[in-house]
Amino acid sequence: MKPADKQAYLEEYELLKKKGKPFFPYAVLKDSAMMLVVVGVIILMSVLLGAEQGPKADPTSTTYVPRPEWYFFFLFELLRVIKPPELVPIATIGIPTICMVLLLLLPFYDRGPERNPIRRPIATTAGCITIAAMAYLSYLGATGGSPTEIDMKVAPQYEAGKEVVAGSGCLACHKLGENGNNGPGPELTHIAQRIPRAAILRSVEIGPGIMPSFRDLPPKKLNELADFLSSLD
Amino acid sequence: MKLDSLIPAPLRKPAKPGASNGAAKGPAPADLKTAPAERPSDAQRLGDRAKDAPADVLAWVDQRTAASGFLTGMLYRKVPKGTNWFYTLGSATLIAFVSQAITGVFLAMFYTPSATQAYASIAHINNDVFLGQLVHGMHKWGSSVMVILVFLHMGRTFFFGAYKYPRELNWVIGVVLLILTMTMAFTGYLLPFDQRSFWASVVGININGTGPVVGPYLSDFLRAGPELGATTLSRFYAIHMLLVPGAIIALIGAHMYLVVKLGTTAPPWLKADKPKVAASVSQLDAGVEGNGAAPPNGASAS
Ligand code: HEC
Ligand code: HEM
Repeated sequence: MKPADKQAYLEEYELLKKKGKPFFPYAVLKDSAMMLVVVGVIILMSVLLGAEQGPKADPTSTTYVPRPEWYFFFLFELLRVIKPPELVPIATIGIPTICMVLLLLLPFYDRGPERNPIRRPIATTAGCITIAAMAYLSYLGATGGSPTEIDMKVAPQYEAGKEVVAGSGCLACHKLGENGNNGPGPELTHIAQRIPRAAILRSVEIGPGIMPSFRDLPPKKLNELADFLSSLD
Repeated sequence: MKLDSLIPAPLRKPAKPGASNGAAKGPAPADLKTAPAERPSDAQRLGDRAKDAPADVLAWVDQRTAASGFLTGMLYRKVPKGTNWFYTLGSATLIAFVSQAITGVFLAMFYTPSATQAYASIAHINNDVFLGQLVHGMHKWGSSVMVILVFLHMGRTFFFGAYKYPRELNWVIGVVLLILTMTMAFTGYLLPFDQRSFWASVVGININGTGPVVGPYLSDFLRAGPELGATTLSRFYAIHMLLVPGAIIALIGAHMYLVVKLGTTAPPWLKADKPKVAASVSQLDAGVEGNGAAPPNGASAS
């Protein structure tokens, strides 16, 4: 903005302000009404939706939904869109950091004097696309649940392992046949073709990348799980 | 229209808040007392004294703080023409934060940030404490409400171009507030220490860990040990109820100061009628400072 533009804005603003009304009581009244609504909504949600606890946290347990709170869904979904391990850092930290820096510096690169959204097509479009993208990713996150059952025919000796995989939340991040989410983890349908049993077991115990470590599972379950997965070729 | 009666008469038409010269006004307190006309009875005098007491107290405080100049300036400052409901989103965010702070204090009275007791202490709040479930629920759902409101408020200032000169700094403060709000959401989620919050935090911390260069340090810092456990919980708790709220309160203070100092934007589609401008601009005074017309004699200050 050129100095003349700044001066023009300040003068224009001063005029509009002169024609306005005093903060008290006019704006205060609107603000108070809005505040009452907000507190009302919060109380209503608390009464209607309650604050139930889930089962107690247990590193060795096998039933959980490793999903973030809904307002982080869009970040989590980003990991499903960008899957190759070497690109994961870009999705997890890279993109959010870049977005935050762009947001922080907005007033320093968008310096035009125009403020009307209709006459700022680039800014307005970019804003709308960002909102649409975040809404879409959140929607994907909200609908892509974490199935706890695997619909799949397996030999009897692998049934136990199938149950462990189904009950351990693996499907939140892995696709297994027709079950589960395609990402952020690689598909497990033919995992035995790719890596041997020992490597599967190591992955499950270490928890590579964003995958949690499952080394606290009882050894028996770990064995069943490894048996099952290493049969998938 | 009727609301106008709430505004002190001298301030009603031409705005003359004098916010910027908040120096103590000697005569003002004296004005508040009226000289008695005749000698009234003792009871009457006592009654009058009692009636004056609030004014006397205010005058006493004002003499020592010079707050009245600032307060009239702040309360009766003009808000530009066209200010609409979108402008209440900031206050809505503010009240959501205040609600989180108050309910949070009550939760802190009963919550134990230890891996073995956290879960039970939340169950105790829910089941035994008077109104415990209500307060806990308000805090839990209030976090979602606050996150939504922060984003809506940011959207409002974005589409209205409110981040442009001279309000750039307030936008920057706002973005930091946004990040801090999300930090609150992330650290608070672990505290109930149930399965959901536990495993979500494991994944969340791992996600931080994949970041380039700083990632591993960040996740080590958050986890405070080789595995998510007791130390993680107390670290999250300290961040959630001391570190970040302190920063948020300080930054909201700065945010509000700038809002009052600079005034809120007018809706961007409004234009002041130009014809009149030519005449009045010259009188508009050079001072960007003044909240309204400067006194004509303007001998004061500078
Ligand atoms: C939070 C999401 C998440 C969950 C839950 C999860 N994983 Fe993973 N898993 C991943 C990701 C991401 C990778 C790839 C990591 C990398 O290579 O950087 C992975 C990798 C693997 C691998 C190695 C695959 C290969 O091709 O190298 C195996 C095996 C595996 N997971 C099994 C499991 C099992 C079994 C479970 C359940 C007990 C599970 N995962 C739960 C995200 C997850
Ligand atoms: C804790 C969070 C926040 C609180 C409590 C808060 C509060 C407020 C309030 C009460 C106002 C007065 C005008 C209005 O309501 O619109 C305001 C203005 C403003 N806020 Fe925020 N805000 C917060 C976060 C943010 C964020 C995330 C941004 C943007 C990134 C932001 C940017 C601004 C700007 C630019 C203004 C000036 C608007 C104008 O002059 O029209 N704020 N804020």
